[in-house]
Amino acid sequence: MALILSLAVQAAQMVLVLALAPLLLGFVRKIKARLLSRQGPPLIQPYRDLIRLLRKEVVLANNASWLFRAAPYLIFAATWVAASLVPTFASGLIFSWSADLIAIVALLGTARFFLALAGLDIGTAFGGIGSSREVMIASLAEPAMLMIVFTLALVAGSTQLSTMAGYLASSEVGLRVSIGMALVALIIVAIAENARIPVDNPATHLELTMVHEAMVLEYSGRHLALIDLSSELKLLLYVSLIGCLFVPWGIAPPDAPPGALLIGIAAYVAKLVAGGFLLAVFETSIAKMRVFRVPDFLGIALMLGLLATLLMFVARSH
Amino acid sequence: MSDLTLDIAHLLAGLLVLVSFLLLYQDRLYALLNVYALHALVLALSVAWQAYAQDAPQLYITAALALLFKAIVIPVALHRMIVKLGIQREIETVGGIGLTVLLGVGLVALAMVVTLRATAGADLLAREDLAFALAVVLLGLLMMVTRRNAVSQVVGFMSLENGLVLAATGAKGMPFVVEISVAFSILIAFIVIGIFLFRIRERFDTVDIAALDKYRGEHG
Repeated sequence: MALILSLAVQAAQMVLVLALAPLLLGFVRKIKARLLSRQGPPLIQPYRDLIRLLRKEVVLANNASWLFRAAPYLIFAATWVAASLVPTFASGLIFSWSADLIAIVALLGTARFFLALAGLDIGTAFGGIGSSREVMIASLAEPAMLMIVFTLALVAGSTQLSTMAGYLASSEVGLRVSIGMALVALIIVAIAENARIPVDNPATHLELTMVHEAMVLEYSGRHLALIDLSSELKLLLYVSLIGCLFVPWGIAPPDAPPGALLIGIAAYVAKLVAGGFLLAVFETSIAKMRVFRVPDFLGIALMLGLLATLLMFVARSH
Repeated sequence: MSDLTLDIAHLLAGLLVLVSFLLLYQDRLYALLNVYALHALVLALSVAWQAYAQDAPQLYITAALALLFKAIVIPVALHRMIVKLGIQREIETVGGIGLTVLLGVGLVALAMVVTLRATAGADLLAREDLAFALAVVLLGLLMMVTRRNAVSQVVGFMSLENGLVLAATGAKGMPFVVEISVAFSILIAFIVIGIFLFRIRERFDTVDIAALDKYRGEHG
């Protein structure tokens, strides 16, 4: 019975993240438009875009290899699996034995690797620029992310997400400066990884400033739909990850009654709304920085991660 | 001593280290002074918390002195000095900020390793205070080494002194007279440095201390 329940929760989570990801992006866009006193597209616009793209035919460059055609599916699969591992509304997922924070970092790294390769595959100049910038950003964001993982693992004594969320929600944690630093570092990493404003502009049409958009410039039709959906999933993943680790209240424990699951879903939606709103406010209040200043910005995340880990060694231990 | 008391002491001392890093990041003089005032404010809070945790009322006076002199008087004085010297432009740093910050993280690691080995078995509150204080001192030294502008070197010196105060408050039974005399000798050092700054400026038309190098007499 417990097995069936956790299987059902896992399936519900996989469907839920897929269904909510475009809505989160639509919500962020709507709030941003409202903050700029514009009407903005309706909330369901990302769904319409996806459906439209799925109907359109795929245009391939003559020199596109099999990798170019396979990459969207690989990227989507890796991102979807990673997103379904994060405990969103319930921690009793059937995959939770494998829901390790390092595994999620590795899955996202795999997705990024294929995206960078696909950007290089056609051989256009923009794809190359996009890939090289993406890899530069990743080479700074990933060490920072791993330092954050180490800090949280030192606090919680595990790298497994459901254990971590359970521990951080308990009152044993106390007040720790390391967790605050890890939160700020994770927010910086999330902004960089999702190509949001100070690092990259998701709505840009100016080629010189593109990072993510430059890599996917050659994609069309269902391939583009899959890539767009994966980047929406990635945004949802990071918001859920921050919610699950730093605001872990309301997540239903394993073997919870259906009522707790409903509360979990309500809490999760509230976290997504809050996260999306804060992201929109942050993005409207800050200007995009030059590409050459991005290392300084990400360096802050790396420094905070290292410092948080170091400070853990003199903290009171349990 | 309860866990929460320790946690708050750890939080405040950790914040002091973090603000030391913020000092390393600043490349404008006014921003540097504001962050220095924040540094002193965090120090005052930390000392006040130590006073509460150790039940040592004389530490409240130390905290009040830190708040009054370091968070208000010295930043305002330095601010006026910058206006008088007319050097509201950018600071030149030797090497990039990224490299400096990496060095800083290395120094913090060094401070932790040294203090944790040396104070094994001591009271946990004193131990973590000493570790953080050594880190702040080393970061202040790093700041003095990497900056060429004399005003930012003064700020580095003052932040170093904040680390010393943190160390002194962590150690139980530090005589109050010693603390007061340290505080006042720092103030006097500040005044002397201020006078020197104006002398350097009068003589060489700059406060970039690299200008002094050719008067060392080594190159003949």
